[in-house]
Amino acid sequence: MTGFLQNTFNGLVSGAFYALLALGLAVIFGMLRVVNFAHGAFYMLGAFGAYVLLAEAGVPFWWALVIMPVGLGLLGMALERAFIHRLTRLDPLYNFLLTFGLTLILQDLVKGEYGVRSSPYAAPAELNGSVDLGLFDFPTYRVFILGFAVCVCVGVWWLLGHTRVGMVVRAATERPELTRAFGINVGRWVTPVFGFGIALAALAGVLAAPMRAVNPLMGADLIIVVFAVVVIGGLGSIFGSVAAGFGIGLIQAWGEAYAPAILAQTLVFIVMAAVLLWRPAGLFGREEAPA
Amino acid sequence: MTSTVDTTVEPRPGRAPSGLVAVGRAPGWVRYALLAAGLAVALWLPNGLYPAVAVDILCWALFAVAVDLLLGFTGLMSFGHAAYWGTSAYVTGLVAINAGVPFPVAVLAGALAAAVLAVPIGYLAVKRTGIYFAMVTLAFAQMVYFVANEWRSVTRGENGLQGVPRELFGLDLTDEYYFYYAALPIVLAGLAAAWRIVHSPFGRVLVGIRDNPARARALGYPVHRYKLTAFVLSAFLAGLGGGLFAIGHRLVALDTLHWTTSGKAVIVVVLGGIGTLWGGLLGAAVLVRLEDWLSFSGFEAVGLVTGGIFVLVVLLFRRGLWGSVAALVQRRWPTRRN
Repeated sequence: MTGFLQNTFNGLVSGAFYALLALGLAVIFGMLRVVNFAHGAFYMLGAFGAYVLLAEAGVPFWWALVIMPVGLGLLGMALERAFIHRLTRLDPLYNFLLTFGLTLILQDLVKGEYGVRSSPYAAPAELNGSVDLGLFDFPTYRVFILGFAVCVCVGVWWLLGHTRVGMVVRAATERPELTRAFGINVGRWVTPVFGFGIALAALAGVLAAPMRAVNPLMGADLIIVVFAVVVIGGLGSIFGSVAAGFGIGLIQAWGEAYAPAILAQTLVFIVMAAVLLWRPAGLFGREEAPA
Repeated sequence: MTSTVDTTVEPRPGRAPSGLVAVGRAPGWVRYALLAAGLAVALWLPNGLYPAVAVDILCWALFAVAVDLLLGFTGLMSFGHAAYWGTSAYVTGLVAINAGVPFPVAVLAGALAAAVLAVPIGYLAVKRTGIYFAMVTLAFAQMVYFVANEWRSVTRGENGLQGVPRELFGLDLTDEYYFYYAALPIVLAGLAAAWRIVHSPFGRVLVGIRDNPARARALGYPVHRYKLTAFVLSAFLAGLGGGLFAIGHRLVALDTLHWTTSGKAVIVVVLGGIGTLWGGLLGAAVLVRLEDWLSFSGFEAVGLVTGGIFVLVVLLFRRGLWGSVAALVQRRWPTRRN
């Protein structure tokens, strides 16, 4: 029983990363209709940035948790203005390709500078050790990640659902033309929303740094699993993306514990296949308008 | 007048996928001259280039044409074609090592395996369109990669399959120069098949589905089944390329299945020109040659260059190489409409 609970907890923690990344992808997709392939690269940059800040400037984890999302969010906004913006009126596939190219560039820039080996990053001292949550001891850092990620997801949900900015973004997501007709400048929100999505990826990266091997390729393989996650949840649905993120984290953790390795790694894709058969638009998605 | 039909259709207004250009039909003699020139270049290639590079160009050209069959003529962007290229490479390698058959038989076996794999994946993937199709194919290709990575008893994991033989009725094909000419007919057959598919009634339906799926459905065409057939055919052609690639390199490595390989195939198509079919040949020649030159001059960050090319082509040069030439032809000999 203890083992099962531990697996469940670890599943929720890795699900937290999927959820944060899927949330960023979904927010960006909602506003821009762009699937950002470079999302994994920004996650990697977040983790790498935290490592470099600590190793070369002595900047502690807590500051990195602020600096990296803001800095990379701004970089994302610059990239949106410089490149992605030019292609948003074309077929969305072009922006998928563009961000794929950016991924290769960002990855190789980091690789050229730091090599491919993994760099260690220590969790802040306050979060070392473990906490007793009744049944058994949980590593403090993981508890922190889970709590933090849940807070971020709830925060984003509140932002979108209960603030004026969120209302505009949701309206622009649902009916861009109609929103414009009401005199709201939709274009003004595109760049900040992209930057916000990137900031979420960077945040996930910083959170991952003390827990996972920091290396230039850490984002690339992850983002493909996140693509499967958003197909399962339905990319158009914010809630669906987050729920699918946590769900897939759980399923993978249980699979790793109780199934052969070959099955554990492919479980997420098997779930995706089942969802495509049963509800092609995703568990929480709506059928797209026929192209 | 010639009997061939104009295969490309003007882009839909509003969405303007500007990679797809209306290709004018040059007079017959121009097209025959181009075909002759193309064959002459194919025959000359290993004399002008390092033959191993020429073999790589052949394989990648076929791969790109296979991807363009889906992307340019069916409107489906597969971002997971490494699954078929790589699966065929592994099956080809295993058959060649264990069965000692002539290499074209091994390649054929590999391509068939790729086509078989494409049936279930394609069946699921064609339920989605557009960007979702790209994500779904990418995800399934990653699944194939994970399986190959775990299934070490067959794929030998990180080491890959080594010592893939080049058997062809006892001929000595160890020299890359001669192997090029042994591989060329297979590639030409694959290219001819692609041309035949595009110019068949079946291919016309695919283009119709690309441009207006709702109308195609209304006319009674089973859209999913057409897409699935195109997907499997494309996987088979990609498999032919992947199998030859395995024989050409005498080894099969895991990165034949990696998502970067899928991405590179799409780059080659975009660079050559989406929906031009032969653009892939130009794209493959340019990219393979460039990568070879980069690694020869000791430049490590190949991704920096390929990624940069990708960004530039997508931003500024969406017609691609062939598409740009075709646009010039179009200006010189405008398409007649009836």
